[in-house]
Amino acid sequence: MFTIIGIMFTGVAIGYLFKNISFLKKTEKTISCTIVLLLFILGISIGSNKQIIDNLGTFGWQAAIIAVSATCGSILASWMVLKLFFKKGGKQ
Amino acid sequence: MKGSLIVLCVFIVGCVLGTTGILPADWQNSHLSTYVLYALMLQVGLNIGSNPNLKNLVKEIRWKFLLIPLATISGTLLFSACASFLLTKWSVFDCMAVGSGFAYYSLSSILITQFKEASLGIQLATELGTIALLANIFREMMALLGTPLLVRYFGKLAPISAAGVNSMDVVLPMISRFSGKEMIPVAIFHGILIDLSVPFFVSLFCRL
Repeated sequence: MFTIIGIMFTGVAIGYLFKNISFLKKTEKTISCTIVLLLFILGISIGSNKQIIDNLGTFGWQAAIIAVSATCGSILASWMVLKLFFKKGGKQ
Repeated sequence: MKGSLIVLCVFIVGCVLGTTGILPADWQNSHLSTYVLYALMLQVGLNIGSNPNLKNLVKEIRWKFLLIPLATISGTLLFSACASFLLTKWSVFDCMAVGSGFAYYSLSSILITQFKEASLGIQLATELGTIALLANIFREMMALLGTPLLVRYFGKLAPISAAGVNSMDVVLPMISRFSGKEMIPVAIFHGILIDLSVPFFVSLFCRL
C-alpha cells in the first residue's frame, strides 16, 4: 500500500512542479484508458483462474448477496453522514 | 454512464479471453496488473498535483471527514451480518469477515483462507476465501460502474463508501469526476484508513 501512496505523492510533486506543461492537462483521458486496461487485465486474471470460473455457479450468488448487502449498507451509512453532518457543503 | 459500459465490456472480453487459455501459462505470476496500477497512481498524482486549486483542496480537510470511513465500516459490517440470514451455510461472523474485505479482494481472500483453515478445515476455508474474492470483486465493479448513479441518488459520499479501499486508487478518478474534485483528499484519506482496517477486521471476525 505504501508503494502506491508513495507513487501517487511522487506524481503530486511532479504535477505541482510542472503544472504549466500542457501534457499534464490530458491526464484525465490517459487515466480513463489506464483504468480500462487495468480492468481488462483483471478480467483476464479472473477468466484464467480455474478456482473462480469453476466455482462461479456455486459461490457466485452467495458472494453477490454479501457484496450487494455490504455495499448497500455502506452507501446508506454514508448517505446518513452526508445528510446529518455535511448539509452545508451538500449543495451541488 | 457510457464510460462505465465500456469498462464493463472490456472486463467481460478480458474474462472470456482468460477462459480460452490462449495466454501463456505464467500469466498469473506476472505482475503486470501491479505495474499498471502503479502507472495509474502516478497519473492520478500528476492530475492532483497539476490542479490549480490544490492549495484549497488541502485547506478543505476537516475532522468530520473521519465520519466517512466510520460510516463505511459500520454500514458494511451491519449489512454483511444481515446477509447471513440469507446464507444459512455461513455464520454471522463468516459473512462479516467477507464483508470486511472492503473490496480488497486479493488480501481478504488470502487472509480468510488462512485464518479459517484451523476452525473450518481446508475445504470450507477455501470456499469462504473464494466467496470473499468474488464478493469483493463484485463490490469493486459495483462502485466503479455505479458511481454516476450513486452520486445522483445518494450524494457525493456514496461512491467513496461503496468503493471501500478502492476510493484511493481504481475508483478515485470516477469519484473526482462525479462527486467533485474537492472530494479527492477525502477519498484518499478514506482509502488509507479502510486499507489499514482490512487485516484487523478480517482476522477479528475469523477468530470470533
